[in-house]
Amino acid sequence: MKVMKTLAATTALTVAAGAVAAEDMANELTLVSWGGAYQASQNKAYVEPYLAMNPGLTVIWDESSAEAVAKLRAMDEAKNVTWDLVDAVASDSMRLCDEGLAEELDHNAVLAPAPDGTSATDDFGDLIVSDCFVPQIVYSTTFGYRTDMVGEEAPTSVCDIFDTTKYPGKRSLQKRPIDNVEWALYCDGVAKDEIYETLGTDEGVARAFAKLDTIKDDVVWWTAGAETPQLLADGEVVFGSTFNGRLFSAIAEQNQPIGMLWDMQSFDLDGWIMPANLPADRRARALDFLKFATDTQRLADQAAYISYGPARASSAPLVGKHAELGIDMAPHMPTDPDNSGNIHVYDYEWWADNRDDLNAKFEAWLAK
Amino acid sequence: MSGLPPYASTGQRTWYYTFRVICGLIFFFLIAPIVVVIPLSFNAQDFFTFTPEMLRLDPEGYSLKHYRNFFSDSGWQAALWNSVRIAPVATILSVSLGTLAAIGLSQDHVPARRAIMAILISPMIVPLIISAAGMYFFFSRIGLQGSYWGVVLAHAALGIPFVIITVTATLVGFDRSLTRAAANMGADPVTTFFRVQMPLILPGVISGALFAFITSFDEVVVVLFVGSAGQKTLPWQMFLGLREQISPTILAVATILVVVSIALLTTVELLRRRSERLRGMSPS
Amino acid sequence: MSDMTDTGPVLAADGTPLKRSLARALRRQKLRALMLIAPLLLFILISFILPVGDMLYRSVKNDIVSKTLPNTVVALESWDANSGDLPEEAVFAAMATDLKSAAAAKIHTKVGGRLNYENPGISSLFRKTGRKAKKFDLEAETVWKDELIKINKGWGDTDVWRTIQTYSSPITAGYFLNAIDMRVGPDGPEARPEEEQIYMKLLKRTLWMSMMITVSCILLAYPVAWILANLPARKANLLMILVLLPFWTSLLVRTSAWKILLQQQGVINDILVWLHIVPDDARLVIINNQFGTIVAMTHILLPFMILPMYSVMQTIPVSYLRAAKSLGATDWTAFWRVYFPQTIPGIGAGSILVFILAIGYYITPALVGGTKGTFISNQIAFHISTSLNWGLAAALGAILLAVVLVLYWAYDRIVGIDNVKLG
Repeated sequence: MKVMKTLAATTALTVAAGAVAAEDMANELTLVSWGGAYQASQNKAYVEPYLAMNPGLTVIWDESSAEAVAKLRAMDEAKNVTWDLVDAVASDSMRLCDEGLAEELDHNAVLAPAPDGTSATDDFGDLIVSDCFVPQIVYSTTFGYRTDMVGEEAPTSVCDIFDTTKYPGKRSLQKRPIDNVEWALYCDGVAKDEIYETLGTDEGVARAFAKLDTIKDDVVWWTAGAETPQLLADGEVVFGSTFNGRLFSAIAEQNQPIGMLWDMQSFDLDGWIMPANLPADRRARALDFLKFATDTQRLADQAAYISYGPARASSAPLVGKHAELGIDMAPHMPTDPDNSGNIHVYDYEWWADNRDDLNAKFEAWLAK
Repeated sequence: MSGLPPYASTGQRTWYYTFRVICGLIFFFLIAPIVVVIPLSFNAQDFFTFTPEMLRLDPEGYSLKHYRNFFSDSGWQAALWNSVRIAPVATILSVSLGTLAAIGLSQDHVPARRAIMAILISPMIVPLIISAAGMYFFFSRIGLQGSYWGVVLAHAALGIPFVIITVTATLVGFDRSLTRAAANMGADPVTTFFRVQMPLILPGVISGALFAFITSFDEVVVVLFVGSAGQKTLPWQMFLGLREQISPTILAVATILVVVSIALLTTVELLRRRSERLRGMSPS
Repeated sequence: MSDMTDTGPVLAADGTPLKRSLARALRRQKLRALMLIAPLLLFILISFILPVGDMLYRSVKNDIVSKTLPNTVVALESWDANSGDLPEEAVFAAMATDLKSAAAAKIHTKVGGRLNYENPGISSLFRKTGRKAKKFDLEAETVWKDELIKINKGWGDTDVWRTIQTYSSPITAGYFLNAIDMRVGPDGPEARPEEEQIYMKLLKRTLWMSMMITVSCILLAYPVAWILANLPARKANLLMILVLLPFWTSLLVRTSAWKILLQQQGVINDILVWLHIVPDDARLVIINNQFGTIVAMTHILLPFMILPMYSVMQTIPVSYLRAAKSLGATDWTAFWRVYFPQTIPGIGAGSILVFILAIGYYITPALVGGTKGTFISNQIAFHISTSLNWGLAAALGAILLAVVLVLYWAYDRIVGIDNVKLG
């Protein structure tokens, strides 16, 4: 009898423990992001407040955004998607949407309107580049330069990158054709609105590479966003392209002698996508978080930790000071009118079609 | 070779010392990166750069903040814990299976010996990125992707060639009559294995284990694919640190690992000397 | 033969014929050996060979076209691509049917992406048409040829149809052709335009640089292994710690350290400038090129060369050298004719290990190799995680694997795989 009791008690305990475990499982939210300072800004601006409002929920961060498309494809092949929300750049989100790996969202239905009642679609405007994409930030790939290595006259135009007599020394560029071929054509005299038309022809591509050839021996190619700030800090390069937030942190937080060159900064977007076909409970949880994390106040809050522009028009006036340094963040945003006089917005559609082709040519050009 | 004979000619003397210098330089080459990493880990800045303050030996230029960051940051601590949880288990798996198989392979009549050997060595010769992608798809399909055991199995597979190679090498010189003698005297196969064969091939097994352990402990390509957030190991965390935001915390971790391994290797060496002394053997 | 039958077979102690008894013993021995190997073999097959095989199969797999566009593929069979005419209406109607169901299942862009590898622009053709395809009315009397060309003039291009026809079979050589810088043209396989040829060049470079790395490893490892093998054990073991230490330092950290050492404002250049060996405005370029890759990779792989050499040298008795010298050989002759030949297995083992490991590396070349010092594995990694052209990555991987296997086989022939020793 005693044995039976013990057995029953143990079984009950085990079942209860199992139930608790299941409960825990049920309250997990797996967010995929980039790691580093960017993920930290997301954590502080909306994950921590959200957790405070939802005790019992656990957030699991997975720093896999760089491999997001590859991993989601494989997860989909295996029919075992473990992610709830994925932070992705616009071009990746379009790819995921096209392949049916991300869910198409009705932005007005799932996102909060602006405080003044403007609908989410109007508030985000044309930054909603794909039906699956909920933009968070506007960032840019732009140049930083060593203030102590450029002589008397600081560079003001992106074409100074191609001027090796005026600014001798190495420059670092991202190891991909996107942005670089556009800058090359622009500095070779092609009008901004004719860049993609020109790139569509073999002669145009050759022309871009010919322009890049003039500085090829002076280029250090980077693949990870952290490389250019390091190269600039070492004085290894005079100029370097990277994401503007990285430059901000090197300048404002690390006090490096680096200046910003905003001319022809290349705008890009980063935001959330939700994997397609999530189970109903996980989908509901992800959407609830998404609504909170992309409202006007939260996006403005994020700008206190990192110098990326909030994607909502209504967030811009709320951007305040840096959370630790206490400096005004607005002038450091890529979207600030002083910085965005001459910008470059790359053509997602065009690149979606021609990426593979141009990549092959670019790699062959590099290996030459 | 130790020492120069008194009758050595000038040429021989010169060569003797030149050779020593060359060897010294090569040893320096081996540890040069470590020599650079250690001071930089005390950098007060967040870059991998020798600042003017550091070169002046100004205390302002140095700081322990990267060490503090390592010990206080939950991400780094979790990564350390994951590495410690994964590497030894993967090592045990590859050593136990690998040693058994090596013994099997060293028998006289093994059918398709070469083919089997090639298959067992293959994790070493397939380019890592191909293995990583293949395991990723396959493990996703059987539900192992993103699980602790998925990473352990993948790492064990990568470590196996090293175990096979080292253990077969020691078995080549193994005198089979010893096991026969043990069997003759009534020892069962298990006893024979643990009491006779194992102690003799132990050096091979240990160095195989060492390689297998390092393979897992320092592996970043496969774990990036096969693992998920819950299996983030130290190399993965370092990789993120290099990609997203350069932080000398990586160097602090490296320094800690170097110090720990120097301590371990020295302890092993001291223990070895002690046991030699106890057994009354003079070091050769 | 005849007198054997008289006496009958030789019997073993238990009365069974000796031949059978021996055969049984042999079988048992074989079985025991296999039993010992079986667990590992099974383990490797499941956790490694199957996944890799599955991956490599992607290099020829192409069922996506015939699965997504089943009607079109059948209808296109009779079309002659070289006629210069567009396919007939039936083909366009089949395409409309296929597109409608593919768009509903959201798989039309996948096939577009696949065909885009062969013919840039097809991706957007499928994407744009797909948006309208959901509303196609297949019952209505539509001339699909006009309708599709009206939606996107890309459908009026015979090249597009040629590409679909060429890649409609479930197995393709396309990825492999691409991996050797070729493509399927109108008249069968042809070389790609010169500005797109890259992989063969990279493969040659990978082999060449791996060889350089192996050679520099041999040159640096030999003296070290020799001194380790000939010093008293106490000293040798201490020095061994120096050899093993780099092993315990993460590969990523070591590579970063080489960056710090080698860059133009780096430690080595700083010291050279400080010593006035190199002028400040002409600092050496020793990183982001082949030299940088060779130095960093040599460092990383050096222990893999030292350890096998050391274990071989340890077994060579010193008395051989003494004997040679007492017989009148000079130091050099004694070394070259007596000592060196005995160390060849160690060199061989270390070389194959270093070469094979070098050929597959990609993180280090990516970080210190610049544009001229990267390997073919870098391209494989790029196609797996960035361009997502997994078929091409698999084809490149298969070629690389084939090269390694040939080397492995040659090595096994020449040295024997059993002679590989690691410490």
